[in-house]
Amino acid sequence: MSIRSETEAFDHQGPGERAVGLTARGAWNAFVMLLTREILRFGRIWVQTVLPPMIMTALYFVVFGHLIGPRIGVIDGVPYIQYLVPGLILMSVITQSYANSVSSFFGAKFARHVEELLVSPMPNWLIIIGYVAGGVARGLTVGGAVTLVALLFAELSVYSVLNLFGVALMTSTLFALLGLINGVYATHFDHISIVPTFVLMPLTYLGGVFYSINMLSEFWQQASLYNPVLYIINGFRYAMLGITDVPVWSTYGILAVGILAAYLYALRLFRKGIGLRG
Amino acid sequence: MSNATNKAVEIYELEKTYEGGTRALKGIELTIDEGDFFALLGPNGAGKSTTIGILCSLVNKSHGTVRVFGHDLDRDRAWVKSQIGVVPQEFNFNQFEPVEEVVINQGGFYGMTRKAAKKRAHELLKQLGLYEKREGMARALSGGMKRRLMIARALVHSPRMLILDEPTAGVDIELRRGMWDFLTQINRQGTTIILTTHYLEEAEALCRNIAIINEGRIVEHSSMRNLLAKLSQETFVLYAREPVESLPEMPVVGSRLVDEETIEVDLTRGQELTGVFDVLRGHGIVIERMKNKTNRLEELFLRLVQDDEAAKQESTEGRS
Repeated sequence: MSIRSETEAFDHQGPGERAVGLTARGAWNAFVMLLTREILRFGRIWVQTVLPPMIMTALYFVVFGHLIGPRIGVIDGVPYIQYLVPGLILMSVITQSYANSVSSFFGAKFARHVEELLVSPMPNWLIIIGYVAGGVARGLTVGGAVTLVALLFAELSVYSVLNLFGVALMTSTLFALLGLINGVYATHFDHISIVPTFVLMPLTYLGGVFYSINMLSEFWQQASLYNPVLYIINGFRYAMLGITDVPVWSTYGILAVGILAAYLYALRLFRKGIGLRG
Repeated sequence: MSNATNKAVEIYELEKTYEGGTRALKGIELTIDEGDFFALLGPNGAGKSTTIGILCSLVNKSHGTVRVFGHDLDRDRAWVKSQIGVVPQEFNFNQFEPVEEVVINQGGFYGMTRKAAKKRAHELLKQLGLYEKREGMARALSGGMKRRLMIARALVHSPRMLILDEPTAGVDIELRRGMWDFLTQINRQGTTIILTTHYLEEAEALCRNIAIINEGRIVEHSSMRNLLAKLSQETFVLYAREPVESLPEMPVVGSRLVDEETIEVDLTRGQELTGVFDVLRGHGIVIERMKNKTNRLEELFLRLVQDDEAAKQESTEGRS
């Protein structure tokens, strides 16, 4: 049997011919392969990736919604348990999108199989998009699962479907990108939990998941406006309940600028090979 | 500039200084013909892996020009990557993926459809004796099987050049021979192969051309035949059929009786073993079998590296 296969990916180009690493079709195949690998990865370990946020959300609903919620009453005309739903869903989207990129990319670096990508003709932007798409897939999958859990405790409503998917998708993209950047810089397992624990969690908890900033003193209201997560959660709350503490355009503004900045930064890291190439 | 060439690799003035100031490469010049089976040898830390890392785009060069099949690495990096398959020294695949997925994924990263990558992966896994293991997790494979898996992965996109960094390290002799046959077959079909190895007999058995690198410099770059011709003395071990009491005078540099049935003879270039056999036969000593005692390449390798270090020492002393 011939060792050279009849099923070659592309014809070998000779000297002087246009030197293309991957055709558009080849780039698409590479993207699909990377995304599929990412989905299979978190799917294989669903007990670690999908189940815990569902259980945690159920506990939030039991403790904050059922036990404490009736004492709080309504916020902006909405029962407290229902007010919690958008924030809890988006909190899962944020943490899971981030966690997928950072753990998958650092894991690939640690086990060195990131080299499979680095030696391949995949351009840097395609590797970034592939990992981000994987993070988005996990973020939205878990977001959907958490929504199902929420159905058991509260009445769900959707005020604007377009905004619902727009904010969820952009949020997931932004945090998947940030997770990837964290993964590029990380050199120890500790490094992949520092940002989620000391940056992401405080910003999320203080970003209006559990309360409206109108309940805070003037000083803390102003201080909260410096928290970008506040705008994102309120944008999602607007999409579900039609209420928000900040203008909706600011949600999209923060997300768009954040995605662009994070993408360009990630691209720079890959181009320079920081944390990737000697 | 024309790209017309039959060179697989052209390296000019290649330098690499790592962060922290370590100069791994100090101006390497190297050319490798297309279709060659080429050995890159050198002691640990000599710069072999750095050179290979630069070729594979895993290491950024500090200075110099690298061309692969006539294409400049800086200008046509993606194209160059598409022409190369890499088998690194250490296992670098996801151990928690099924065996066939490791190969299929890599095909995808080179632009193959899943269907084409799967077909090709199955062909290679069959050729490398891993087909029955294809659905099991990669971590369950033995060390030798993992090495073969990395070869399958490197070949999934049918590269024009295969780079192997210590491919048979830790592999048992039988398996090593099997891998040699496989690599020879691929090379005969036109794939250029670059090999680094610590098993110098491996380089001698497989490679037509060779470069020896020491402390970031190429100290020797020639054909294997020319290199071995530089060897001035070799020792052969002869096994006599009957016990030998004493050795006769022989036309060699040196001879000795190791035990009553084992004779060692030292020959320089130009001396022939036939003369030795004639003398022994004349004294009633029949030789049943023989072997070359020294690893010739190993001896040369050590000498070249030592010469290089002595030259540097002299140069340093001269300057001071």
